[in-house]
Amino acid sequence: MIEDPTFWGYRRPDGRVGSRNYVVLIPVDDLSNAVVEGVAHLVPGVVPLPHPYGRLQFGADLDLLFRTLIGTGSNPNVAAAVVVGIEPHWTERVVKGIQESQKPVNGFSIEGAGDTETIARVARQARQYLQDASELRRERVSIGEATVSIKCGESDTTSGLASNPAVGLAVDWLVDRGATVIFGETSEITGAEHIIARRCATEAVRARYLAFHEDYQTLIRASGADLLGSQPTEGNIAGGLTTIEEKALGNVQKTGTRPIVDALAPAERPRLPGLHFMDSSSAAAEFITLMGAAGSIFHFFTTGQGNIVGNPIVPVLKVTANPKTAQSMAEHIDIDLSGLLTLDLSLEDAGQALLALMFRTLSGRLTAAEVLGHKEFVLTKLYRSA
Amino acid sequence: MAYGFLIHGDDDHVGVAVRDLTAGETVTGLTQRSRREVTVTVRDTIPLGHKVALVARAPGEPVLKYHEVIGVATVPIQVGDHVHVHNLESVRWGRKERSAR
Repeated sequence: MIEDPTFWGYRRPDGRVGSRNYVVLIPVDDLSNAVVEGVAHLVPGVVPLPHPYGRLQFGADLDLLFRTLIGTGSNPNVAAAVVVGIEPHWTERVVKGIQESQKPVNGFSIEGAGDTETIARVARQARQYLQDASELRRERVSIGEATVSIKCGESDTTSGLASNPAVGLAVDWLVDRGATVIFGETSEITGAEHIIARRCATEAVRARYLAFHEDYQTLIRASGADLLGSQPTEGNIAGGLTTIEEKALGNVQKTGTRPIVDALAPAERPRLPGLHFMDSSSAAAEFITLMGAAGSIFHFFTTGQGNIVGNPIVPVLKVTANPKTAQSMAEHIDIDLSGLLTLDLSLEDAGQALLALMFRTLSGRLTAAEVLGHKEFVLTKLYRSA
Repeated sequence: MAYGFLIHGDDDHVGVAVRDLTAGETVTGLTQRSRREVTVTVRDTIPLGHKVALVARAPGEPVLKYHEVIGVATVPIQVGDHVHVHNLESVRWGRKERSAR
């Protein structure tokens, strides 16, 4: 049993707690990637977050871009941030957003200076932030202050049978201790939406969740697309999953049994403790990027056939109960729960083992994805740009 | 004893193989909650993670797993059959899209 519900975390100026201590370089747009990558060569300790978007976006899609970039800079795993954009106005908007977290942040725009001069300016700022961050120390913080996220990927039937129910127990344990937990995957809950709707804490939350669900179904119908080739995926089918309903029913096993206190827009930060749904893509890298933007400092990732995703600021812990995957992809798997299939391991013991490894990871132990350098930072784009 | 498959819900129509099962093999499985043993003779080779039919189903009949409908049978399914994309389809996206074409 977990006796001490605390871990060694970083306390940020706004009071939130983190499990990592990064200085990030955030490009506002695709054009600014060259500068942040240039700075990362000069100042190798920083974490550059290049991405392909940020120009001529508008409406809800532009709002999501800002929410994601600001949320990422504000995440408690980030000690300080430098924002770089081609133009000053949007750059300043991202800087102002991150300033609300009271952490060190500065912005630079490239127009009128050029890449070389901007790289020099950003490098000087990044060097200072990195040295300041290196003096921050971990302290004991309560698990109830943490925000964590969950998702499964390259799922098979072992996910619904074993690894997801084990994560479900860990989620219930976290929620009971006041932590904030976020799940999502709007498309992958098709077939289990009645279960999620039933668990919403209030009518308003249920209406919000069902609106997200219905929006997605409408999008699929309107596109005339055949999702059969994407959901379930080729890997899912190879692993024994036949239909989206079966995949969804296995998926929701990892959400545990507690009420869903809110349904969030993509990259929206939770305002309450407890279990949250977020409208989100089921694609692993996009999903975890949204979770990082919402403030997740740790991610449980269950896999059947062997997903390898990581994130530049959120430690992603890989869990499998498929004995073949645990062996063939051992370097990607943090914890092997295949004993659940042979009944050599009880679900309760599996849940406790997950929590124990989560605490070690929150306190600084590196995940397999971190060691292997998986840093997928993938923005969700709602529609094409102007 | 070592079980060949596990069953989520007591009224489920399918079990999930927890090792590779061979055609002709008689295998015992276990329901996860009530710990009830179920024995079937497997009619196909069923890889780990794939489903074995515990109850016969006629075309159009729902197939239950997790006490919930995961799809409908497209052809007759006999006890011991491998249940997968060749004899089970979604009642959600896939079916509507196929019938619309």
